[in-house]
Amino acid sequence: MGHPAPKIAVIDGIADEIAGVLGASLIETVDHADELSFTVARDELVAAMTALRDKAQYQQLMEVAGVDYPERPDRFEVCYHLLSVTRNHRIRVKVSTDEDTPVPSVTGIWPVAGWLEREVFDMYGVVFSGNTDLRRILTDYGFKGHPQRKDFPLTGYVELRYSEEDKRVVYEPVRLAQDFRSFDFMSPWEGAQYVLPGDEKAAQAPGAPSPAPAPPPPPAPPKGEPAAPKPKVTEKPSDTGAGEPANSEAAKKSARAPRKPKAETATGEGAAVPEKPKRTRKPKTEGGA
Amino acid sequence: MADYLEELAHKTDDADPSYGDTQIQNYTINFGPQHPAAHGVLRLVMELDGEIVERCDPHVGLLHRGTEKLIEYKTYLQALPYFDRLDYCSPLGMEHSYVLAIEKLLNLEVPLRAQYLRVFFAELTRICNHMLNLGSHVMDVGAMTPNLWLFEIREDCLNFFERASGARMHSAYYRPGGVHQDVPLKLLTDIADWLDTRLPRMFEDAMSLVVDNRIFKQRNVDIAVVSKEDALKWGFSGPMIRGSGIPWDIRKAQPYDVYDRMEFDVPVGTNYDCYDRFMVRVEEVRQSARIMKQCLNEMPEGPIASFDRKVVPPKRGEMKRSMEALIHHFKLYTEGFHVPAGEVYVATESPKGEFGVYLVSDGSNKPYRCKIRPTAFSHLQAMDFMMKGHMLADTTAVLGAMDIVFGECDR
Repeated sequence: MGHPAPKIAVIDGIADEIAGVLGASLIETVDHADELSFTVARDELVAAMTALRDKAQYQQLMEVAGVDYPERPDRFEVCYHLLSVTRNHRIRVKVSTDEDTPVPSVTGIWPVAGWLEREVFDMYGVVFSGNTDLRRILTDYGFKGHPQRKDFPLTGYVELRYSEEDKRVVYEPVRLAQDFRSFDFMSPWEGAQYVLPGDEKAAQAPGAPSPAPAPPPPPAPPKGEPAAPKPKVTEKPSDTGAGEPANSEAAKKSARAPRKPKAETATGEGAAVPEKPKRTRKPKTEGGA
Repeated sequence: MADYLEELAHKTDDADPSYGDTQIQNYTINFGPQHPAAHGVLRLVMELDGEIVERCDPHVGLLHRGTEKLIEYKTYLQALPYFDRLDYCSPLGMEHSYVLAIEKLLNLEVPLRAQYLRVFFAELTRICNHMLNLGSHVMDVGAMTPNLWLFEIREDCLNFFERASGARMHSAYYRPGGVHQDVPLKLLTDIADWLDTRLPRMFEDAMSLVVDNRIFKQRNVDIAVVSKEDALKWGFSGPMIRGSGIPWDIRKAQPYDVYDRMEFDVPVGTNYDCYDRFMVRVEEVRQSARIMKQCLNEMPEGPIASFDRKVVPPKRGEMKRSMEALIHHFKLYTEGFHVPAGEVYVATESPKGEFGVYLVSDGSNKPYRCKIRPTAFSHLQAMDFMMKGHMLADTTAVLGAMDIVFGECDR
């Protein structure tokens, strides 16, 4: 039965047909998971796309996606997804480029490419020559950087808030109360790249264990007069270690609380008085995550 | 005064080619981002000549949350709920593309009942989405009542989602390999009753107020006509391309799950205007109800998720008794499953059009790249060419007929 994903028409010899249409501009053909990808030469993209539209009936450009492979010399791949509504078939056309080399724009063939190329430019910084309206599209006005690049941090560089003092929105360097945690759940038996705690010696060559060197002596106390111990005082409430008092309203008994039986209140004076709740945690600061 | 006499006589001279004393200049206005008819946070910078729109530049991205970047840092399963939050009016339609893309990369078989359940709830999502869109479209051009009536149907749909998945909107119900949990029989019988009684009665009631209404037609007929050629060039899909007279429906053309077993008609427009797009959606609601009834008739008993324990976690009861199931459960919810390297582009017919997911895997437990193809992006781009020469007041009708949700457009 196989996977339930959309069943695309199987056309015999389509790969050869398209290779014929693309001619010399074709660099590589990949047939993976019933999907055909054609890598074409960057400079001949417009001619190749025009041929695909006019000779091979791929009328619609559905999507332009950028992908970043930082380890390649031409690090960006731009993938065009074409759809033929008459032949009921989809193909993918790829070109690769680097930060500086422009890719020819296909806005002359499909006007829909305008925004799709703007998005790739915004996210990756790929320049499209011939696109007359290559502004940023999804990011903020005045944004710097290209966020989908693999070397752009997930947290970004700036954050924005409304400043009560300035009465306007201000940008500040991003400040995290807690470091961004990226868990690597890869199994340590299957090629995890980090050293497990307590496992530091595992990588050493096996052999007789050498006697461990003596630990370095503890650092001598600094010469001179010893620092006077700071006397402990409770002058201010902040010295006591107690937090802010709980809200006095909250400490009041609510009207709905069931009353204690009378017998109990009669036995001990003050026994039924609830203890004031102690706050052990520090009050939340405004920079909390 | 001389100008006035000129104007009365319909005469102009070369020195002053216009009538009247004043020169009218184009001026630019901002529509949104806080306009209620902008369907979210759309800013349109429009250049007007009097009341005629000369140029229209949509500014999008005000709801950009970096979903694609976030997905690259999550395992495949953790990334799933982000899809609910893209098009929050049709969450399951978004999930559908994503789970199918993963299943295609894994070449994973999905049990029949799960496929039926997915189709069933995808169509319920379509009804739910169209209730919102039809209602707000009608309200944008001046009618109040149909919106309120249609919201009652939408409320029913949301209640059904809640009973199936536990959440009214962000269901996270589809999973790679099937669905999260089976539905109770009572829910299916209740939906069957609803399809036979409440839905047709309330929907046809509301539509009887709109479809032949003179004001509604005056606001929509012959507005923003898009020819077939333009629809192809501008990358239209879904009700927009069908409204332009092209019978293209991915459910029919490239069937996924059990859509190849379903019998339904694909409505197309004949005038290619906003009214046609509206009527295409109206008919789609009826066809969706038809598909749902077929699902109910044909849905077999059986498992609701694949038994491939390297992808689908075991049920909790099983986990308590079997050591192996416990290990699988732990591994799947920490490390997640690994997807073989490769890339696929999977597009499904979401209620708004072609919603595609271009998934690139490098063989690890996280997507290397997950490009989301929103429907609204291409449609909104065509706004400039659709609005040219129309009146300012037509903007809301054109926007309403596009069915735009910014969670999906801005990602």
